[in-house]
Amino acid sequence: MNANIPTTADAVDAIEHWRSFAPELTGEDVLFSELVPGGGHWSYALPRGTTLRMTALEDGANLSVVLYSAKEKLERYNMPDSLKAQHTAHYSKGHVLMSDMGRSLASITDDTVGWHDPLGLLLDDRRMGEKYGEHRYQEFRNGMSRSGRSGLLIEIGKYGLGKRDLVAPVNFFSKVTVDEEGRFAFVPNHSKAGDHVDLRLDMDVILAFSTAPHPLDPSPAYNGKKVGLALWRSGIAPKDDFCRTFRPENARALHNSDMLYLA
Amino acid sequence: MTTSTASAMRLKESALKADRAILNHTLPAGEPYLLAFDKGQTLRIVDLEGNQAVDVIFYNANDPAEHYSATETLLRQGGIYLTTDSVLYSDEGNAMLTIVADTCGRHDTLGGACAAESNTVRYALQKKFMHSCRDNYLIALQEADLGLGKADLVPNVNFFMNVPVTADGQLTFADGVSAPGKYVELRAEMDILMLVSNCPQLNNPCNAYNPTPAQFLLWDPV
Repeated sequence: MNANIPTTADAVDAIEHWRSFAPELTGEDVLFSELVPGGGHWSYALPRGTTLRMTALEDGANLSVVLYSAKEKLERYNMPDSLKAQHTAHYSKGHVLMSDMGRSLASITDDTVGWHDPLGLLLDDRRMGEKYGEHRYQEFRNGMSRSGRSGLLIEIGKYGLGKRDLVAPVNFFSKVTVDEEGRFAFVPNHSKAGDHVDLRLDMDVILAFSTAPHPLDPSPAYNGKKVGLALWRSGIAPKDDFCRTFRPENARALHNSDMLYLA
Repeated sequence: MTTSTASAMRLKESALKADRAILNHTLPAGEPYLLAFDKGQTLRIVDLEGNQAVDVIFYNANDPAEHYSATETLLRQGGIYLTTDSVLYSDEGNAMLTIVADTCGRHDTLGGACAAESNTVRYALQKKFMHSCRDNYLIALQEADLGLGKADLVPNVNFFMNVPVTADGQLTFADGVSAPGKYVELRAEMDILMLVSNCPQLNNPCNAYNPTPAQFLLWDPV
């Protein structure tokens, strides 16, 4: 057992979900795990030196993630800065998610998918209604759909952040390509059940997510897909870290993060 | 829903005459500019000497918490480049401006604005004391004291800048498609507050390593 976590009394239903979708992790390192239904949303304050394993539990999952510095919430994930520094329009192993302050908030240290969508498109209530029709609580109870935007707004609202603080998310497990004319093409069922991606936290962060469908998903039904999450104690990026050596820009962004933790 | 306005460059000249403009302002290289204009007015931005990136964020002048949203704009038009007939949307899903003329043909939505901190990442740690768009944005907002701050510096439009995405998912900084005298014209669909940084970046070719002035003209509705 992890020394920081006391043995829980039986009355607490903290189930070791990770054993079903990430059995290669070790019990000593896993801090918590979670099964997230499609259309769900949650948020965590996660410490530097931990890694979040995100596993698609069904084909065609989408996990929209936004990141803020827990110390200074004005510092947050910045899509353009991350894309232009790494000359990329997709994310995979080696890429880092940079803040507007030139630091790596988190690094992608492992990935079986090869392409995650960084273009930040997000399902909002208007589009959700046009596409899928109304699914109100009155008729659908817990089957009510929540848009990705609403889910993220609820989560960041828990930390005093509002609409104007909502940044363009990373859509893990989804793929959107851009043709020569600049037009989007969505790749349906891009990720398969069992695919995973590891996100190492390089700073203390607030991470909020939604598993609502990608706004370009052509499925006529609101089919949110299940995702498994497990946080484990991985340690901070070592000197020879894959992400550090992936690009000189990433080495500097990780250096800038290290400079926040001098004590 | 998604329309087909994402495709291709749509070059279109304007019939508006400079001598009828109610404002004609030349913004020197490297400087910020904050301008309010009204619904129905038409704004022209001119790349006077060519290959100058003009970094712009639009706010609802009546409620500056509402701002231009790159992702909402891209989602609505189904693609990444702006040109004639592109509509710029806010984070609330409201139409803010429509591009009504464009002699350049392509404007960037993904490259964002340079900052001292991102310069340390992109170029070298020792570049941090060079001038940047975010410094321009912040000093303009501090001086104006409107209640807007760093959180409101959302992904901006880079007029006259060409940042293609390749089929295999790379982001490239291509040679400018702009040239001296090229312009873009936008009609305001709501009252607008416009925040500009005439980009002072000296480390990459977005300004051909030589930042130059930009011109702004404004017309009342005809």
